[in-house]
Amino acid sequence: MATIDARAKTGRMHIYRHSLAVRLSHWVNVLCLTVLLFSGLQIFNAHPALYWGQYGADNDPSFLSLEAVEDGNQVKGLTHVGSLSFDTTGVLGLSNVDGEATARGFPSWLTLPSYQDLSTGRHWHFFFAWLFVLNGLAYLLYGLISRHFRRDLAPAGNELTLAHLTHEVANHARLRFPKGAEARHYNTLQKLTYLVVIFLLLPLMVATGLTMSPGFDAVAPWLLDIFGGRQSARTLHFLTAFSLVAFVVVHVAMVILSGVFNNLRSMITGYYAIRQGDEQ
Amino acid sequence: MSRLVTRRRFLIGSTLTASALGLSGCDALVESDRTKSVLKIAEGFSMKAQRFLQGDNALAREFSEADLSPVFRSNGTSMPDNPQYLDWMSQQFSTWRLDIGGLVEKPAQLSLAQLKAMPSRTQITRHDCVEGWSAIGKWTGLPLGALLQSVGLKPEARYIVFHCADEYEKSLDGTGWYYESIDLVDAFHPQTILAYSMNGRNLEVAHGAPLRLRVERQLGYKHAKYLTRIEAVADLGRLYGGNGGFWEDRGYEWYAGI
Repeated sequence: MATIDARAKTGRMHIYRHSLAVRLSHWVNVLCLTVLLFSGLQIFNAHPALYWGQYGADNDPSFLSLEAVEDGNQVKGLTHVGSLSFDTTGVLGLSNVDGEATARGFPSWLTLPSYQDLSTGRHWHFFFAWLFVLNGLAYLLYGLISRHFRRDLAPAGNELTLAHLTHEVANHARLRFPKGAEARHYNTLQKLTYLVVIFLLLPLMVATGLTMSPGFDAVAPWLLDIFGGRQSARTLHFLTAFSLVAFVVVHVAMVILSGVFNNLRSMITGYYAIRQGDEQ
Repeated sequence: MSRLVTRRRFLIGSTLTASALGLSGCDALVESDRTKSVLKIAEGFSMKAQRFLQGDNALAREFSEADLSPVFRSNGTSMPDNPQYLDWMSQQFSTWRLDIGGLVEKPAQLSLAQLKAMPSRTQITRHDCVEGWSAIGKWTGLPLGALLQSVGLKPEARYIVFHCADEYEKSLDGTGWYYESIDLVDAFHPQTILAYSMNGRNLEVAHGAPLRLRVERQLGYKHAKYLTRIEAVADLGRLYGGNGGFWEDRGYEWYAGI
């Protein structure tokens, strides 16, 4: 710390923040999760309804469904959540395909490919699922061996006190981000969020995805017990995907608010600029 | 500073290129044959990985009567319109025969009564449609493996092909007839049965009467309905579109375990 303070007046300095393995796996993840999301919505559109339990088809009660219904001489897009119905014409249930109102779960600009094609959506989904899993395993191995998890992600004891966390939340709310020496490492909210994403949400995506596979169910029938059935797993797969979307929205917002070029550079070259004079 | 500007330009440039590609190039990229052949690698990985973990005999989950779907949805053809089938149906399938041929030692034609007289297996299993829905039904039928043993497979037989009585897509060249195929691992799996009964009653027409395949570790489109002929073959290339099944010829995976 003393050395850093002594050099405080020199202004900007670049610190090596992200190792090559972290940067590579991050960008492979960006690619995979993008393709997986849009091809996943294509797959969902083949049967745009979600159920809970061991089975679920058209006659079974769904707790979320997207449909097109005739209303007089008009067609409306409806989204049902439990017993509630929302008119979502133009976006969910019914949307524009080549200038024509068409019954469709998610609109064509959100699906890969844009037209309705389940088999192609599946081919993209499973190819990038494999890439995502292999990338994830390589990252986990790296994180353990290089002590990346312990060094960069595990919060220190004093970071987990209520006072510290409240302080960080307040600073985040005022868009005051760590500077100087504080910016050398992730803040506690970042650490906790990344831990939840890496060790909870992403593995949950893989596990719930595998639970939908009749072949994998024969290998690991206990997955059906954990998630309460194939249709529950399908629902959790969908909800987890949207949790990840929410994470990405906040993540990108934080990147932009705390310095988009500095953050992007550090995720591409590894070097993050910190200003020494700014603190205190 | 100049280095930073260069990087900044690079970032802006690559972001613009990426979004332009996303807007106009996506469907073109999706439709390219090279892309399709690269993506197909995943099917091989999935099959090899699952087969490695499953071994030959890992069973699909079996359920209890309480888990049965109140309504078991029928999908695909619900009433074949081929005159031969309608004739069988009008006679309660008493004149229907299952033809077993191809690379077998003793080709056979078996009536429904003969099939029902063979040792049977009953299982309550989940039917997983590729679209995403599932239904649970109770199936009774004869194990395919036992039938294949009784006719004797020739050594060069690698796949079992199922020919069906429904023309799912009307086409001039006959490529619209429903058919399916599985390899010998699935053919001899204990839960792979030729089912003639569903939920304790004779199989309904909508569910494939008089006989359908149940191959429980795979998706619904593998479970061929309205069986007329079973053929043992050495390769799938000569049949219809050459991909081993009606949906496979239309782009779906032959290995439908996921």
